[in-house]
Amino acid sequence: MNYLLFILAAVFVNNYILSQFLGICPFLGVSKKVETAAGMGVAVIFVMTLASAATYLIYNLILVKLGITYLYNIAFILVIAALVQFVEMFIKKSSPALYQSLGVYLPLITTNCAVLGVAVSNMQAGYNFILSVLNGFGGAVGFTVAIILMAGIRERVEGNDHPKAFEGFPFALITAGLMSIAFLGFQGLINVSTIVKAMGL
Amino acid sequence: MSKALSAIKNGIIDENPTFIQVLGTCPTLAVTTSAINGIGMGLSTMAVLVCSNLFISILRKIIPDTVRIPCFIVVIASFVTIVQLLLQAFLPALNESLGLYIPLIVVNCIVLGRAEAFASKNGPVTSLCDGIGNGLGFTIALCFIGLVREFIGAGTLFGMTVLPEAFPKTLVMIMAPGAFFTYGTLMAIFKRLIDKMKANKAAKEEAAA
Repeated sequence: MNYLLFILAAVFVNNYILSQFLGICPFLGVSKKVETAAGMGVAVIFVMTLASAATYLIYNLILVKLGITYLYNIAFILVIAALVQFVEMFIKKSSPALYQSLGVYLPLITTNCAVLGVAVSNMQAGYNFILSVLNGFGGAVGFTVAIILMAGIRERVEGNDHPKAFEGFPFALITAGLMSIAFLGFQGLINVSTIVKAMGL
Repeated sequence: MSKALSAIKNGIIDENPTFIQVLGTCPTLAVTTSAINGIGMGLSTMAVLVCSNLFISILRKIIPDTVRIPCFIVVIASFVTIVQLLLQAFLPALNESLGLYIPLIVVNCIVLGRAEAFASKNGPVTSLCDGIGNGLGFTIALCFIGLVREFIGAGTLFGMTVLPEAFPKTLVMIMAPGAFFTYGTLMAIFKRLIDKMKANKAAKEEAAA
């Protein structure tokens, strides 16, 4: 139950995009169509879950052991870049159909700050392996929910009249602001630190 | 010399990273709850940007083309680590309030974008100026967004109370939605001003011709 609440908190309460502002670039850039937004979302779920696991292991098994934790940033970004490359090659070999639909988005994920963000915040919060992976997974699901909702709204309002200066990004940003207000409603619903404490960490 | 100067001006106005290129949006939205935070973030990013631009420009002939992106990222990550350690040592309060977003400068698209688009093709001096220009453009934009949000949301400017206590404060402006609203509106205004400037210039040239 606690684990479930932990995931829900990562998806809704601390939504990466709408309350922590991580991963805004793909959120604004790839949210013109629901289909592509969903593709990006799936790719991010895949990479972010794996990246949380990989960076946890690298940090605790290598950096802490060698006493070079201050190099975490360089280590994490290299691990993520390598991981994205590896995932890309793996999908290309194992499932060409999935590769066709994800192909373009995979390399973009390296510079998605939500991926590095989840790795760094797992480390700063001192989560164990399971919580790190769940946090990565939940955060990525939250990202997917937000980007698909955004794409749905943008498809709807595309042909509407609006001031010329607001065309494009400004309009998307105002939309995101309204969505963010809606997500404020989840604030305080689940208290992450009490859950983590209840699990004895 | 004029090339260097125009690189600076380009970064601040014509290709402002925040309002025109729309890069580095995450820190722009996240840390601008106050003008001071905005300036702190802007200057930290500028320090990384200037150093990485200079270094990558010096190394541009040594780095093989096929592995250039990982090389750029390592250079950038090293400078981010240096900046982070310096902030921890000398400005712990700012480091605390910027928190997670300092290590995330690594994935700020402005830094990698300038490395790829400018520093890997130009000499050290112009690259340095390009870094300064883009860094300043980013800092000014962040400071401006911070000022607007702080003023409407908390009634303060640079931490000093400006609006009287009784004046109603729009708290939502310093929360997450306010960031999106302020950024969107300012971007629209900036675009409009630039368009007007360009139209004026074109009209003048036409009149001269």
